[in-house]
Amino acid sequence: MTEAWTYPEALWTVKDLFVYPNEYIYWSIQIVMYPLMTGLVAGAFVLSSLYHVFGLEDLKDMAKFSLVFSFALLIVAPMPLMFHLQQPLRGMEVFFTPHFTSAISAFGIVFFSYSIIVATEIWFVYRKFFVEQSIALKGKDGIGNSLKQLLYSVLTLGAYDIGEKALHKDEKAIKILAGIGIPVACFLHGYAGFIFGSVKANALWMTPLMPVIFIMSAIVSGIALCMFTYIVIMEWKKFRIKTSRKSWEVTAADVGGAEIDLIKNTSRYLVGFMIAAITLEILDLVFRGYTAVKSWEILRSVIYGKDFVDIFILQYGFGNLLPFLMLVIPGLTIRRTTLALILVIFGVFMMRWNVVIGGQAFSLSFAGYMHYKLPFIPDSIEMYKEGFFGALTIALMPFGLFWVINKFIPSLKYHK
Amino acid sequence: MSISRRDFLMSTLKVAVASALPLSAFKFLSPAEAKAAVEAANVRWGFIVDTYKCVGCGFCVKACKIENEIPYDAPVTRTWVERYLILKDGRMVADTPLGGRDGFTELKIQDEVIEPKEVAKAYFVPKLCNQCENPPCVQVCPVGATYQTADGVVLIDRTWCIGCGYCIMACPYGVRFFHPVYKVAEKCTFCYHRISKGMKTACVDACPFGARKIGNLKDPNDPVTKTIMTERVAVLKDEYGTKPQVYYIGLDENVR
Ligand code: SF4
Ligand code: SF4
Repeated sequence: MTEAWTYPEALWTVKDLFVYPNEYIYWSIQIVMYPLMTGLVAGAFVLSSLYHVFGLEDLKDMAKFSLVFSFALLIVAPMPLMFHLQQPLRGMEVFFTPHFTSAISAFGIVFFSYSIIVATEIWFVYRKFFVEQSIALKGKDGIGNSLKQLLYSVLTLGAYDIGEKALHKDEKAIKILAGIGIPVACFLHGYAGFIFGSVKANALWMTPLMPVIFIMSAIVSGIALCMFTYIVIMEWKKFRIKTSRKSWEVTAADVGGAEIDLIKNTSRYLVGFMIAAITLEILDLVFRGYTAVKSWEILRSVIYGKDFVDIFILQYGFGNLLPFLMLVIPGLTIRRTTLALILVIFGVFMMRWNVVIGGQAFSLSFAGYMHYKLPFIPDSIEMYKEGFFGALTIALMPFGLFWVINKFIPSLKYHK
Repeated sequence: MSISRRDFLMSTLKVAVASALPLSAFKFLSPAEAKAAVEAANVRWGFIVDTYKCVGCGFCVKACKIENEIPYDAPVTRTWVERYLILKDGRMVADTPLGGRDGFTELKIQDEVIEPKEVAKAYFVPKLCNQCENPPCVQVCPVGATYQTADGVVLIDRTWCIGCGYCIMACPYGVRFFHPVYKVAEKCTFCYHRISKGMKTACVDACPFGARKIGNLKDPNDPVTKTIMTERVAVLKDEYGTKPQVYYIGLDENVR
C-alpha cells in the first residue's frame, strides 16, 4: 500500500508487557474533558436550583450567576466530543440516526431538552430585565443603542406585561423549570457515567455505581467552579474600581467584592457533596478489593502501583482531603477558599482522568499495560485536538462565552 | 357538496397520518425484520482455529493486510498471531510483534531472552474478530454504523461511522481499531467480500498448515460444523456473554 496513513494513537501510547496489537489509548484527553464539562454544567445548574426550588435564601445571589454560567458551559459541553470524533462532520448523525441501544445516542435528546429547560428558565428570570431595557433604550441615539434595543425587544418575545401578577407567574414557572431541571441535569451527567459504567469489556469502568459517582463529583465540580468564577470576577471588579481614577467617586462601602457570607454558605453545600462523592468512590474501591474477581489482580497493580500517585496523592490527597480540611477549618477567608476551590476542581479533573485514562492503562489481556503520553507540542491538527492545547481551548471556552453572554444578560451585582 | 370545517380537518388528519405511516414503518424497520426480509437465514458463518497446527509463520497476517488494504506497516491489523510461553516456574510470557506479521524469529520475548530449557510449553494462537452472536460493538454504536448481517457477520459502514471509538472500547477481544487511512472503525469481516462469493477468507487460503477454517454453522454437513459438534472446542472469554463464533481447538487456559 502506498497510500498515506497516520496512526496518532501509536504516538501517545506506550505499551508494556503483553498488549494486543490493536490496543491503544483511543479515548484520550478530550474524553477526559467531556465528562468534566457536562459535570460542570450539571453542577452549576443544581447549585442555582437549590435556591429556586428549595428556597435556600443564602444562595440567592449565587443562583442567578450559576444559572447563566451553566448555560455558557452547556454550549461548550459537546465540543470535546467534536474534537474527539475522527469524522466530526458526521457528528450530526447522532441526532438524525440515533441507534438507541447505544448510551451515546441519548446525548442528542438529553442535551437538547436540557438546553431548552435552561434557556427557558433564563428567559423567565430575565424577562422583566429585557422589558425594562427595551423600554429604557427606546428612542436613544446611536446605532449601538438601537441595536441593543432591537435585541432586547426580540428577547422579550412580545411579552411586555411586567405587572405584579405576571411576574408572580414567572416565578412559578422558574420554580417548575428548576425543579424539572434537577433530574434532567443529573440525567445528563449520570448518563455520561453510564457511557463508561456500561462497557463490560472494561474492568475498571464497569460498575453500576459509575453514574452516581459521576453525578456527585459533577455537582462538586460545578459548585466549586461557580464559586471560583464568582470570587475571581467580584475581586477583579473590586480591584478595578479601587485602582481606577474615579475611585474617589465610590465610597469604600460601595465596593462589593466577593461576600464572605455567601462563600461560607455555598461552601457548606460543597463540602456535603464532597463527602457523598468520596463515600461512593471508596465504596467502589473497597468492594472491588473485597470481591477480587478475575480482573482485580491487574486493577490492583494499576490502582496501587502504576497510578498510585495520580489516584491517591493527586486525586484523593490534593483534590479531596486537603481542600476538605481547608474548607472545614474555622475562620474561612476568601483567599483560603479560592485555593481550596482550585484544588477541588483539580481533584475532579484527576478523577475523570483516572477513570478515562486509568481505564485504558491495562490491556484487555490483563497481562500488559499502556501508558498515556499527553501530546504537548501540536505538530499536527490531531496532536492539537487530542493534546494539551486542545484541552485548554475547551477549558477556556466557557469563560469567553460567559463574558459575551454577561454583556447582555448581566448576572452579577457589582455594587452593594 | 359542502364540507364542514370539522370534516375537512378530519380528512386532512387522515391524509397526514396515512402519508406519515409508510415513512415511519420504513424508519423503524428493526434488524430482525430486515433479517427476515433478506432471508439469508440458512447461513451462519463460523470459524475454527486449530492451535496445534499453527506454527506462527504469520502468512495469514500478511495475506489479510494485503487483501483488506490495511497499510502494511501501520501498527494495526485485522488478524494477528500471539506467541505464548509457559515457563517451568508457572510464569506466562506472551508477545505479538507486528501482530506476528513477519513470524517469530526473535528469541526475545517481553524484553527477556528465555532459555529453551526453562520452557514448559509453548504455542501460537491466531486471533480475529469472533463475529459474536451477541456483539457489544453493535450494541454501543451510537449511529448504527456497525451492524450484524443475517448470516452472522458484523460489518462497519465506512460512509456512516463517525469515528467515536465506542465500539473499540466495547469489544472485549481488542480486535477493533481505526483505519489508518479512512479514519473510521475497522476490523476483521471474515473477508465478507470473498465468502459471500463462495471463496474462502484470505487467511484461510494463506495458511499452509490448515490451522484456520471457515464454514457454515447452519449446515450440519459442513466440515467446520462437524468438528465443532464432535470435538472438544472452546471460545475466548465467554464470561462476557458475547457468544463468540470463532472456535479453538487446543485452547490453553493461559490464553488471554
Ligand atoms: S469480536 Fe469484538 S468486534 Fe468482533 S463481533 Fe465480537 S465484540 Fe464485535
Ligand atoms: S467508531 Fe464508528 S462504528 Fe464504532 S461505535 Fe463509533 S460510529 Fe459506530
